[in-house]
Amino acid sequence: MEIQFVLNGKKTSADAAPGAMLYGLLREKGCYSVKCGCETTNCGLCTVWVDGVPTLSCAMPVARVEGREVTTMEGLQKEAEEFGSFLAAEGAEQCGFCSPGFIMNVLAMVRELDNPSEDEIKEYLSGNLCRCTGYMGQLRAIQKYMKMKKEGV
Amino acid sequence: MITINNYVKVKSLEEAFELNQKKANRIVGGMMWLRMSKGRMQTAIDLSELGLDTIEETEEEFKIGCMCTLRRLELHEGLNRYFNQAVKDSVRHIVGTQFRNQATVGGSIFGRFGFSDVLTCLLVLDTYVELYKGGIVPLCEFVNMERDSDILVRLIIKKDGRKAVYLSERMSSTDFPILACAVAVKKGTAYISLGARPMKAELFVSGERVTEENAEVIAAKAAKAVSFSSNMRGSAEYREHLAKVLAKRGLLTLLKGACR
Repeated sequence: MEIQFVLNGKKTSADAAPGAMLYGLLREKGCYSVKCGCETTNCGLCTVWVDGVPTLSCAMPVARVEGREVTTMEGLQKEAEEFGSFLAAEGAEQCGFCSPGFIMNVLAMVRELDNPSEDEIKEYLSGNLCRCTGYMGQLRAIQKYMKMKKEGV
Repeated sequence: MITINNYVKVKSLEEAFELNQKKANRIVGGMMWLRMSKGRMQTAIDLSELGLDTIEETEEEFKIGCMCTLRRLELHEGLNRYFNQAVKDSVRHIVGTQFRNQATVGGSIFGRFGFSDVLTCLLVLDTYVELYKGGIVPLCEFVNMERDSDILVRLIIKKDGRKAVYLSERMSSTDFPILACAVAVKKGTAYISLGARPMKAELFVSGERVTEENAEVIAAKAAKAVSFSSNMRGSAEYREHLAKVLAKRGLLTLLKGACR
């Protein structure tokens, strides 16, 4: 099955098996930020954007991205690095394995929600699991990052 | 994980229906649970290009395409204003935002899953299922119909003035519910749906007029009308207890007008 889509701003074509999921294809294309953590469509680690919408790539048939725009963390390096520095400053990460999917969903959230409350942040991100931490460092990082975005400080 | 031999994005419902007559072929919704089932699928039938992913609101009803995602249900202003956020409350604890951006309402309802929050919620509303060949069927009948090779095209929810509330008990947020409960009241009649017992949701309709005074009795009747079983999430006894508590809580919320 031949498909065409836009990957991180570049026109891309791929030959994929009929039942292939986007996750595997993105790894083949060298997007190693995209990882599989659970195999049960639960952990959020494989999050990418399809037309800007955060999506679990493990459950997205390749056939459905025909003609659409797929964004992985490789396509958002600057922004990811910026938010990543807030995560690091809060000591939020331990092993860091869950970070790419988490960062992709945080960056989607800051675009979608306007001035979210703590509960709204938690609800938006509840599908991103971290097994090392208690999410408190991440929450502090998000709040400080949003404050910086809003006030420029 | 399921193996798919062939993937077809159909151009019409007729094409989908014809393909779906073969047992080895399956219609895929969001591909969330189906992907994790075992075995082999000859042809995956994809309805995503038929424009069935929207919610249309008119004076009388909401028409929801089968490929509409749970996230769209959650964010639809009209639907949530009309039903006091009951629909939003029924989906907000399902896995996570990304999951709900993909899971479809058609998949949730056609599957008639025991754990379904969506089915539990929509059962207390005046909801109909539009089938490609079978026509328009009340959801409370569809839920007990045998699985066949017809296609669920749309859901229709009538604006009949009922107010609704959705409650569930979970061991932790985003887990499957231990018990799901939706309650609606219209002109003194109570509609109580109990799901995740862990069997699929069933609807109880009160014969008598519901008041704050008899809410507890009616909640107990609703719990008595259905059966409960035990599994790793909870015992039958615990579920029955939860059913009474949540149904009563839902009724009182609506009767006191304390809903949002």
